[in-house]
Amino acid sequence: MTDMTTSNVPQKKAEMTESLKLQLNTLLGAKVLAVDVFRGELNFTVNINDIPQILLMLRDENGGSFTQLSELTAVDYPSRDKRFDVIYQLLSVTLNQRIRLKAEIGDGEVAPSVSHIFTSAEWSEREVWDMFGIFFSGHNDLRRLLTDYGFEGHPLRKDFPLTGTVETRYDDQEKRVIYEPVTLTQEFRDFDYMSPWEGVQTAMRQDDPQPVQDDE
Amino acid sequence: MGLITSPHGQPIPPGADQDMILSAVGDEIQNRGFVIAQADKLFNWARSGSLWPMTFGLACCAVEMMHSASSRYDMDRFGMLFRPSPRQSDVMIVAATLTNKMAPALRKVYDQMAEPRWVLSMGSCANGGGYYHYSYAVVRGCDRIVPVDVYVPGCPPTAEALIYGLLQLQKKIRRTSTIAR
Repeated sequence: MTDMTTSNVPQKKAEMTESLKLQLNTLLGAKVLAVDVFRGELNFTVNINDIPQILLMLRDENGGSFTQLSELTAVDYPSRDKRFDVIYQLLSVTLNQRIRLKAEIGDGEVAPSVSHIFTSAEWSEREVWDMFGIFFSGHNDLRRLLTDYGFEGHPLRKDFPLTGTVETRYDDQEKRVIYEPVTLTQEFRDFDYMSPWEGVQTAMRQDDPQPVQDDE
Repeated sequence: MGLITSPHGQPIPPGADQDMILSAVGDEIQNRGFVIAQADKLFNWARSGSLWPMTFGLACCAVEMMHSASSRYDMDRFGMLFRPSPRQSDVMIVAATLTNKMAPALRKVYDQMAEPRWVLSMGSCANGGGYYHYSYAVVRGCDRIVPVDVYVPGCPPTAEALIYGLLQLQKKIRRTSTIAR
């Protein structure tokens, strides 16, 4: 008896996800560009400009279900025409469901801020601005969140050298910490092909060190 | 601590040798009005016996620092109490990754510490950038920002290693003979 009920749980969950999918599709209507279910969770692809309206609907309508924005982040696809995806992860405690909204946005385009809908978005949007350089309009304090004051560039675009351009040092004459151009005594070396997890997959160059052969 | 010690560290027994030293000291007081004794040793004993570290945990090394302070290793045994204020502390343990953003704050805290002060660099990141040596955001060693007395290697160093480093710092303090620097 107990076995039967436990084995029904995933099936029940899938049914709930399916009914939620229909429900939200009717709620959001034409705003949904695409929808798919991945590992029992719903993914909606939408237009970035519809995001505030959609979030308000998801939060307030339908009995006020999706009340938590648990994460707001972005993904960079450098080869794509509109290179970024902004991703919103929502949680409904009452429905025990998580859904995900994805919206494409190009370099230099402005996303609408949702910090007035979910206050948790304030820092998330600052982080996305810091890391990807996606600007959010309507955010009232869009400073960098993690990188140094006066830092230039957006690290997760990976468009500058790993070591950056400046380094800090205490200057005894000026009695303060100063910034200087980076000087490295040894260049950064990439030993990825030696990784024991990946193994040797790429053809090695002549001047590369040979991996140690384990004869025994 | 014997008051009168031979070069070998043993107290000098009463006799001709001791009388000679005592009379030499007496003569010096007579002639110059003061005597140079081992007050520096006394100061160093006092300083090394109550090293109060500044709590400066930056990342995972801070967890090992907490271990060394709590009951199993118990830094209190050596008179070391963590202080929340730089003005009350003698030694700063730079535990873990020092970022460019944090560097001015670290220097400010160091400058607020009263002399004499010491710095112990804990872990690979504080010693030389460690895992983050090639990062755009990390200081390649906290000795670029503050003068370091003792480096404790490890990623992170164990609580024992940190205590060992602190004992080495005590030794270093006992070896120095300056009263003010």
